[in-house]
Amino acid sequence: MHIIEDGNSAAALGVKLCRANVIAAYPITPQTPLTERLSEYVESGEMKAEYIPVESEHSALAVCIAASSAGARVFTATSANGLLYMHEQVQWASGARLPIVMCVVNRAVGAPWNVWNDQQDSISQRDTGWIQIYCADHQQIIDTVIKAYWLAEKVSIPIMVCYDGYILSHTYMPFDLPDQEKVDAFLPPFQPEYALNPDEPANLNTVTLPDVRLDVQGELAHGYMEIRYLLQEELRTTLKTAAEAEKRFAGIFGRGGDPYIEPYRCDDADYVAVGLGSITYQLRVCVDALRKESIKVGVMGIRYYRPFPDEAIANALKGKKGVIVFEKAISYGYEGALMSDLKSALYEHLAGTGSLPPVQNFIAGIGGREIRTDDLTQALRAAIKSRVSKEPTWIGLKL
Amino acid sequence: MQAKTNILSLPTQEFVHPGTRACTGCGLSIAYRVGLKALGKDTILVVPPSCLTVLQGLFPIASTKLPCLNVTFASTAAAATGILATLKTQGKEHITVAAWAGDGGTSDIGLQALSGAAERGDNFIYFCYDNEGYMNTGAQRSGTTPIGAVTANTPFKGKQQQKKDVPAIMAAHKLSYVAACSAAYPLDLYDKIKSCVNLPGTKYFHIHIPCPPGWGYDPRYGIKIGRLAVETGYYDLYEIVNGEFKLTAASEKLVEKRKLIPVREYFRSQSRFKILTDAQIADIQNQIDAKWANYYKKDE
Repeated sequence: MHIIEDGNSAAALGVKLCRANVIAAYPITPQTPLTERLSEYVESGEMKAEYIPVESEHSALAVCIAASSAGARVFTATSANGLLYMHEQVQWASGARLPIVMCVVNRAVGAPWNVWNDQQDSISQRDTGWIQIYCADHQQIIDTVIKAYWLAEKVSIPIMVCYDGYILSHTYMPFDLPDQEKVDAFLPPFQPEYALNPDEPANLNTVTLPDVRLDVQGELAHGYMEIRYLLQEELRTTLKTAAEAEKRFAGIFGRGGDPYIEPYRCDDADYVAVGLGSITYQLRVCVDALRKESIKVGVMGIRYYRPFPDEAIANALKGKKGVIVFEKAISYGYEGALMSDLKSALYEHLAGTGSLPPVQNFIAGIGGREIRTDDLTQALRAAIKSRVSKEPTWIGLKL
Repeated sequence: MQAKTNILSLPTQEFVHPGTRACTGCGLSIAYRVGLKALGKDTILVVPPSCLTVLQGLFPIASTKLPCLNVTFASTAAAATGILATLKTQGKEHITVAAWAGDGGTSDIGLQALSGAAERGDNFIYFCYDNEGYMNTGAQRSGTTPIGAVTANTPFKGKQQQKKDVPAIMAAHKLSYVAACSAAYPLDLYDKIKSCVNLPGTKYFHIHIPCPPGWGYDPRYGIKIGRLAVETGYYDLYEIVNGEFKLTAASEKLVEKRKLIPVREYFRSQSRFKILTDAQIADIQNQIDAKWANYYKKDE
């Protein structure tokens, strides 16, 4: 069924379709309408779940961690400083290997206070061991939430479903609302390997030594390092499982594509713009305009930021004359984090092949600064003409 | 009123294996062992980093026979909420959720989450085992360290501030049950747990825990010192049931006796109070006497 709703509602509908059992949330702009919507579903009885209005984001994720450890399918959502306040719990959730799904409605972080969109919040959580998926429209938001539960529960790793505040969260778009029966067919009930249970007591997340240790039966148990290695190892193999999720979803819902990247007019392109989230759809307009000037340019959205689909990205960019990375976040003191990751992937897969493209970096929309399509087109045009700068170039800066 | 438990009627079933990693003479070992007996088998525990984390042992061996979720320092009560929510969706509400946190994890870093859970009325039992400092990290001051105590970060002058009254803070949440207990009176703790499990909402227990390394005394004197704290009227055993305050056990008996041991004896039993002057002790004695005069008045 096609409906017209805002992005936060698309996320809420996805959570409802996935039959989450426990939802905990603390209000923060621009996430608030999403969790308000969920509280409506629960209070009206439309959704059978426990909704916990916690006193902080730290507790929101604490509730999810504990509820998930006890065997519930859980959900929370946040933005900006809320996500930063969760940071300790973010690390805890992945270390404990809990399949939590959390929407991050991207917003700039303080100081100074700013409620508008950029992606500094989720990008700053890059190294926490979570899967991060970025959405570019409302259909992707609802579909990604559904896929995320399947994938998270398959690999026992938590997932952030990220989408741009206001630009997606508060705008209305038509999208297909998946049928409940189809979602149920796609996503079986959550059955954890272990859940807290007095009949089968276990002490979870207890102090774990630097080295391996024998258990009471004389079997060797993992040390901290083995546990952390497995998180890394299984995050890397999650790329394969993500492809499986995409295929399974396409089989049931009839839509999908490349799980990792979303290329637009890239096949014959000499130059490719790269980004995360809604900016990549805006860049399509620039690409169309430049194509009219016979500039062969395309745009590639990256859907999975962690685990990083390095091979898929390198293959897609192999032999291009230039790659231009647009980011709404920066790794302060160097350049955009995606820029560094992308260069690393290209170097790994293409160095010495003669097909390594030069890469340039633009920073845009920080703190919700309006990103004018003309400015993006202009930036692309300049970058295609010659190297603009060794340092990242800030678009629309008024200094 | 239920019959008081004595050492013979205390259940023999143990939920803590012998030989834990707790320090010799640890007051928590007693309170935890007896507390878990009262809670029984159908219990899920929540524990933040604290001395209890040490007592419970190192992966993959645990000293507790009940399921336990170790959580971050500030999130104990919120984690209890999460487990409860799941049990509700699973129809397993007969299982008790019990959080055990230290005084730092309760009065300082965990207070916000505890207040949040108590305000929501989440149905679990929260135990603050109060050894009056960050003993697990080497005895630094906490919100519940008493005035005059030398700690690792109040090394020469001792703590200059009053002990934070956490049970009073929790009582202000209008809980169905708040209790002050002591490891030196484990049967009082046992009976109080048994009496409150079926009361609604959050139940709060504050347990005074003598700590040999943190307080500075020979481990053999833990019970004696815990009892001195009560018999001097310095630390009171009580419960607040639906807003009604009542002294219990040894503290209740002190009202009948109308006679307290001078608090000086308590202070002189531990090296942490070595810097307290006679004048300061006299001042604290006056405060205790005033508090007890009030108790006696209510009894008349």
